[in-house]
Amino acid sequence: MELQTIWFILITVLFTGFFFLEGFDFGVGILLPFMSQEDIERRTIINTIGPFWDGNEVWLITAGGAMFAAFPEWYATLFSGFYLALLLMLVSMIFRGVAFEFRSKHSNPRWRSFWDWSIFAGSAIPSLLWGVALANFIRGVPIDAEMNYAGGFFNLLNPYALACGLTSLSIFTLHGAVFLTLKTTDDLQKKAMKTAKMAWLPAVLLSFIFMVYTNYETDIYSHLGINPGIIPVFSVITLVSVIFLLQKNAAGWAFAMTGIAIAFSTITIFMGLYPRVMVSSLDPAWSLTIYNASSSEYTLGIMSIVALIFVPLVLVYQGWSYWVFRQRVSTGGKLEY
Amino acid sequence: MDTLFLAKLQFGMISIFHFFFVPLTLGLSMFIAILETAWVRTGKEKYRQLTRFWGHLFLINFAVGVVTGIVMEFQFGMNWSQYSRFVGDIFGVPLAIEALLAFFIESTFLGIWVFGWDRLSKKMHAAAIWIVALGSNLSALWILVANSFMQAPTGFKMSADGARVEMTDFGALLFNPNVWKQFPHVLAGGIVTAGFLVLAISVWHLAQGTKDREAFITSMKFGTIYAFIGTIMVTLAGHTQMQHLMTTQPMKVAAAEALWETENPASFSLFTIGDEENLKDVFSVRLPAMLSFLAYNSFEGEVTGIKELQQEYEEKYGPGNYIPSVITAYWSFRFMVGAGTLMLLVSVLGLIKIIREDYEFSPLMKALFFWSFLLPWIANSTGWILAEMGRQPWIVFGLLKTEQGVSPASVVSSGELMVSIASFFLVYLMLAATDLFLMKKYAMAGIDHSE
Ligand code: HDD
Ligand code: HEM
Ligand code: HEM
Repeated sequence: MELQTIWFILITVLFTGFFFLEGFDFGVGILLPFMSQEDIERRTIINTIGPFWDGNEVWLITAGGAMFAAFPEWYATLFSGFYLALLLMLVSMIFRGVAFEFRSKHSNPRWRSFWDWSIFAGSAIPSLLWGVALANFIRGVPIDAEMNYAGGFFNLLNPYALACGLTSLSIFTLHGAVFLTLKTTDDLQKKAMKTAKMAWLPAVLLSFIFMVYTNYETDIYSHLGINPGIIPVFSVITLVSVIFLLQKNAAGWAFAMTGIAIAFSTITIFMGLYPRVMVSSLDPAWSLTIYNASSSEYTLGIMSIVALIFVPLVLVYQGWSYWVFRQRVSTGGKLEY
Repeated sequence: MDTLFLAKLQFGMISIFHFFFVPLTLGLSMFIAILETAWVRTGKEKYRQLTRFWGHLFLINFAVGVVTGIVMEFQFGMNWSQYSRFVGDIFGVPLAIEALLAFFIESTFLGIWVFGWDRLSKKMHAAAIWIVALGSNLSALWILVANSFMQAPTGFKMSADGARVEMTDFGALLFNPNVWKQFPHVLAGGIVTAGFLVLAISVWHLAQGTKDREAFITSMKFGTIYAFIGTIMVTLAGHTQMQHLMTTQPMKVAAAEALWETENPASFSLFTIGDEENLKDVFSVRLPAMLSFLAYNSFEGEVTGIKELQQEYEEKYGPGNYIPSVITAYWSFRFMVGAGTLMLLVSVLGLIKIIREDYEFSPLMKALFFWSFLLPWIANSTGWILAEMGRQPWIVFGLLKTEQGVSPASVVSSGELMVSIASFFLVYLMLAATDLFLMKKYAMAGIDHSE
């Protein structure tokens, strides 16, 4: 396989890992202020993701770094073009990141409430914006012959992209609720179960709307890229199955299913995109592809070796950290602040 | 307003802010690892208490380091898209490796350390913080590999169409001599940052007469030794860095010294007021031959001046202005070296105190030790200002000018830049205030016996 394709796959893997992992901690963050008004319960909710959220976020940072190294033109066009959207995402993630540390360092209730809402906003805004960004990749944005973005902020907020944004928001919320069901006990667990069941319907409906909409707004169902085969079908089936698994109290399986649904939808979108990385709505010839946006063979080769060694290693020790903290977190236990 | 100016302003602001927090992470992670190891070895309670005490301060600081780092990662694409297209083939590589190799380790094992007190054996728990320390210092290494390519490009060729540089030799990039001059200096900069903070807070508690005197005496001992070793390292490394710069960026050295004319032996300026328009001194006090000594370890040797370098560069790179802001380079260097000298003084004073086992502090002493924690912050910031502004007008030395690297104004308008500068400024101001408030609260609270 050519190196460009390998790197396209690797970046797909990084984004998939990011959406799968950060997806549930975004979901938990979105639910935080609504699940409980009690301080100790809120702390318990936060502690379910406490040891993981930063490691999950590094999947995004690595995806950004890998885009820079493997497809510099993509990195440059995307982040200069989607400037204000990215700014909004960064600012919200700043609030969220410090909130986990700051919230419990002072006991004033207004202080705590402020940081809890920061966690909410810092989880909800990126969840929405990443959906918007992905939709715009495949729908196309104005990109000129010099690979520069020629639109404004509001080009990004078309109804189709917003539909995708709401879809990712709702799926992450569901993913987070199912995760909480898995990681909490007693009352909190009951609440989480109820929330997950409520979050299921909007997630399924929005996904369905998005898929139909995609047929009208993009060419990915017909275009020559890779035929995703039954992968999209699977992502729908797995998402639908969640409610039945929850009914049977099989939260572990339900979590696996929301995870697979997220992974498979991401993979479908990237497959539809291939070999392009950003579609130009002005002229198909001006689209960024893995060929005109990539680094040199030598660089891709070096990066492949590095990735081959270190990506598995990361999976091993991150997996280990999930193993170390496999126990449920309960309000009765000793809480780490 | 000019987008180049705004993009520079933004970059300077967010990177200086990121680097307010990073050095403390570098130095304090290692310091805490040492304390926890002492606990594992001796089983003495005070080491565990100190590990937790400094651990709280570490975590508050770390949180801000992380969130400001995320902004850095995307900054090159946002405001420097032309630069990113030009160097991505090379510069992106260490950045991606940094995330894959350092940030993953750091964030995952920090999570394990914070939440793993009851889940892991003592030894495993101490190992976790050592791994965090390793991860953060590795991240410094890789970012300096990236930065060194901008300071002294190696291991590359121009692409066929001249639109970008391409990597030809990864080894050359990694073993760029510039990396191995910068890295020890930055590392030691982290050690002193942690050392002086520990020293300052320990002395404050001792002078204040708070409880846990014994623990803070231990803390002061560790901190003083750490600060002293760090200071020696940072000054020695700085000296070698200056010598290296003589070969790679003589203009930076000349600007840092406000040396207009070539001199042999060259004098070291103690205080200069210069006239940048006409490239001459208005007033200057100089130590004869001292600069030659700094540059070559000998009281003889020619150091080329600004005027001559400007001519050389015009011949080599075509007409243009190759002189960075002399005032900035000159004063940032003075502040860094000045802070370093004061640090040497304070750490020696501290050493005398601990050797004499004298833990009484007059109000003056207390103030001196306490406020010394600011010195490393001054030196770290001014050091980077020297390194980055002294490289101007180049963004990649000899290859790309800063004005060629900025995102086109049609993509990122000055309005958008102003919005983002204002947003970051306000958010960072709030972060700084909150961080200070919490650091102060937890530093003053002392050791928490309920843990
Ligand atoms: C506590 C921190 C600290 C202290 C006491 C010093 N420095 Fe420093 N210096 C830094 C922290 C620093 C830094 C922030 O870490 C920099 C910025 C870029 C770099 O590589 O290190 C730096 C840069 C820097 C540079 C520019 C390097 C370049 O452009 O590549 C020189 C020439 C020196 N230093 C030299 C010195 C000397 C001769 C010192 C003698 C006292 C000194 N520094 C003290
Ligand atoms: C953390 C410490 C750092 C600080 C405080 C710092 C500071 C600065 C400052 C003040 C400028 C503006 C220069 C000017 O206005 O003339 C600048 C520019 C820049 N620096 Fe750094 N820098 C740091 C580290 C780095 C590193 C590690 C890299 C690369 C990996 C880097 C890449 C750049 C780039 C791309 C620019 C923009 C071009 C320019 O304005 O010259 N910086 N930096
Ligand atoms: C000499 C300059 C720099 C050094 C030594 C350095 C080092 C570090 C360290 C040790 C951390 C861990 C958090 C903390 O320290 O508080 C960190 C965080 C971070 N830095 Fe920097 N950094 C530098 C400049 C930059 C630049 C130029 C970038 C942009 C590419 C960057 C990107 C990041 C990111 C993305 C994080 C967050 C990592 C996480 O989530 O764990 N840093 N940096």
